[in-house]
Amino acid sequence: MSAAQHAGPTGRSGEPVLSVRGLHVGFARREGVRDVVHDVSFDLHPGECLAVVGESGSGKSVTARTLVGLTGDGALVRAERLHFDGADVRGLSARDWRRTRGRRIGFVLQDALVSLDPLRPVGAEVEEALRLHGWRERRARRAKVLELLTAVGVPSARARARQRPDELSGGLRQRALIASAIALDPEVVVADEPTTALDVTVQAQVLDLLAEQKRRGVAIVLISHDLSVVARLADRVLVMSGGRVVESGPTREVLTAPRHEYTRALIAAVPGEHTRGERLSPAPAAVLPRPRAERPGGTVLEASGLVKRYATAEGSHTAVSGVSFSLRAGRTLGIVGESGSGKSTTARLALALTAPDEGVVNLLGRPWSQVPEAQRRERRKEVSVVQQDPLSSFDPRWTVERVLLDALPPRRSRTAGERRARLRELLAQVGLDEDVLARFPLTLSGGQRQRVSIARALAPEPSVVVLDEAVSALDVSVQAQVLDLLADLQRALGLSYLFISHDLGVVYHVSDDVLVMKDGEVVERGSAEDVFERPQHPYTRELVSALPRLAGQRAEEEAR
Amino acid sequence: MPASSADAPAQVDARFSAAPLEDPGARLRRTARRVVSRLLGALLVLWGAATAAFLAQAVLPGDRATIIFNIRAGQPIERTPEELAAINAQYGFQDPVLTQYLHHLSGLVRGDLGESYQQFRPVTDVIGEQLAPTLVLTLTAIALAWAGMVVWVVLTAGRGRRTAGLGAAVDTATAGLPHYWLGIVLLLVFALQLRWFPVISGNSPAGLLLPALTLAVPLAGFMGQATRTEFERALQQPFVLSARTRGAGDLAIRLRHVLRHAALPAVTLSGWALGATISGAVVVETVYTRAGIGRVLVTAVNNQDLPIVTGVVLLVAALYVVANLLVDLVHGLVDPRTAKGGRPS
Repeated sequence: MSAAQHAGPTGRSGEPVLSVRGLHVGFARREGVRDVVHDVSFDLHPGECLAVVGESGSGKSVTARTLVGLTGDGALVRAERLHFDGADVRGLSARDWRRTRGRRIGFVLQDALVSLDPLRPVGAEVEEALRLHGWRERRARRAKVLELLTAVGVPSARARARQRPDELSGGLRQRALIASAIALDPEVVVADEPTTALDVTVQAQVLDLLAEQKRRGVAIVLISHDLSVVARLADRVLVMSGGRVVESGPTREVLTAPRHEYTRALIAAVPGEHTRGERLSPAPAAVLPRPRAERPGGTVLEASGLVKRYATAEGSHTAVSGVSFSLRAGRTLGIVGESGSGKSTTARLALALTAPDEGVVNLLGRPWSQVPEAQRRERRKEVSVVQQDPLSSFDPRWTVERVLLDALPPRRSRTAGERRARLRELLAQVGLDEDVLARFPLTLSGGQRQRVSIARALAPEPSVVVLDEAVSALDVSVQAQVLDLLADLQRALGLSYLFISHDLGVVYHVSDDVLVMKDGEVVERGSAEDVFERPQHPYTRELVSALPRLAGQRAEEEAR
Repeated sequence: MPASSADAPAQVDARFSAAPLEDPGARLRRTARRVVSRLLGALLVLWGAATAAFLAQAVLPGDRATIIFNIRAGQPIERTPEELAAINAQYGFQDPVLTQYLHHLSGLVRGDLGESYQQFRPVTDVIGEQLAPTLVLTLTAIALAWAGMVVWVVLTAGRGRRTAGLGAAVDTATAGLPHYWLGIVLLLVFALQLRWFPVISGNSPAGLLLPALTLAVPLAGFMGQATRTEFERALQQPFVLSARTRGAGDLAIRLRHVLRHAALPAVTLSGWALGATISGAVVVETVYTRAGIGRVLVTAVNNQDLPIVTGVVLLVAALYVVANLLVDLVHGLVDPRTAKGGRPS
């Protein structure tokens, strides 16, 4: 790797491979041109990684796409300078762009089932990059595909190459995406949220893969909303907000000594061990008009020996095996695990939406899973659920008012006036204005929608709320507000939370007690401090060590 | 963890990333199960159609023996009971309905659809002679519809508001064209005015084009509407961006990636279209004076030649069944995900 090292971040003697000055991107709309990226400038040298960090709508993805000439229809790109390898690309023809894309600049999208053509085998998708850039011979292409897939760490590449994206795990799909982006040894790789939606251990592997490219002298533009991912890979960071660069500099400097207020808020919003018991967002605590008395202590939700199997074509699959837990009044029990660990099935068992094959669930000291649904129905108001994607959990044709009215227990508030008063109270509790009542879920922001779904969960005045990846789809600052809100609500209403998440930082931030699940079993349990500070099980240790941290935290740990 | 994976490439932990590779035996068994269940379903549909056709004959008003006499004589004449009794005995009209039904079914199993009242020939022969021209016509029509629809959608879908709007408008307008009107207009313009094609198409290849187009144009419009929606949705998908970032051109992406996604609704419609074009053939074969099932059906209905009508009904039902089996097969090829049974989540 010695050859690559001269070009490394330390020796910045050479010419930048990408050089951008005063980049503006706008979209032609009926009202005129609307700029979404203002005055972005940076240089990127070979073997260097530049991170562009921001939340949704910050203009980071538009910036990334502009770098490969795919800004979109009706886009107006203006720049004082937009150079790739010393040549101006502003006037590049469509044909020249096609020759550049894939061959000299690779692009890695976020993993999704549909980031690779879902109807074609992944091998064909990787092969396409070769085919488009002069690899005429089929056999040579096939051999190269296998070589690439193996190089990005896809085991038994020959068999995997023939599988479709839906037959592969997220991590393997992301590897295949990276393989297709680096197939022709490009000088620059633009990676747009390459680790989002991946489990934490897989995320670490994918970052290592990109680091490997960087060591080989590839310049990387890393687009991410996640500061901890950035901390791991980037040499320099641009922080974007509202289409503008608000701060830029070496990664460590930006993350440990942020100068701009927005950067500071962004860093403070990341939940984790340092934020327990503290507020994540600068917003003041929600006004809670009716604090209820603390509910009597003791166990509200208790599960013992839960087993759930599903029939499959090949026999049966045990989704949950011997899971026991108890949730105490006014406390939060976190369940953390990667996809397929059985945590969502556990949530469904706790909600008695699925009957366990073995074991029992008791709610407020009475049998819950083992009684007929008719008897449960009256008690369903005691347990509510908040799901990950509020948009698909709402009927899109219902206004917020109807959604909330539907959730009110029928007997509690009889008159229209009473119901109206209750809606106002619920909205106040979740920090929403009354004017959202007339709106449809689609027209709300992600944070507002999640607040509405929390209000809906609170409507029947439950004692237990099951939060199934409730903040996973939110931007970090919105996530911070929602986590703060949940903490306020818990204090004021004495709620007990069963908090399910793949995100260790979030679970650490909110939980009193933690269960770590893997392959349907609980591998570790205990207080949050014990589990995260002194993990016993090798799997927990692996999870905790794979957890990306901010540079500042890492520096502190190293100092210790 | 310090990012200390200096040893390339990054090691994969099989526990997290390996989705199970499927055992080929399981795939075969599942396919076999699917085929058997589809065949059973097809038999059930045919049995239903045969029963419905039988009931239609049995409960139709009017004495069947009288009808048969009238067909043969070409005019209504009062018959004596003796004459009618002979016919009743010949066709078994006097037997209990259940006996007649079983007789009807056992005939079907042996491939015997009865005999035409008018032509004194087995129904299978009458239909068999006329089946080929109609199948040629309908299959050509479906092929033309596909070709026209694919070209039109690929060229116009998702290309800015104006082009896409024009494309969709043409889809809608052509989808609504009635066969008899379109057939006559094409005949007037291309056969009578321009003399490019024969007026009476007979069975010549040149004579096939206008009738096939008459059936194809509305079908193309109809399939185009469904395909265009899917096409424009697929163009927005991330895998399209992925392909572009690899350096693929617009047309290549449309043909190689997007079309396959968009074709699914049209594949589904093609099964229905085979049946629909046969009923369309009734009109088209009359307009263009072509031989075919459609003409046979029109004549038989006019003459109350019930065995022929029943035969055609059963034939259309059988074609629907075959077409739907084919559609399922093609569907599975275009979208392998659907061929896979229920997956554990």
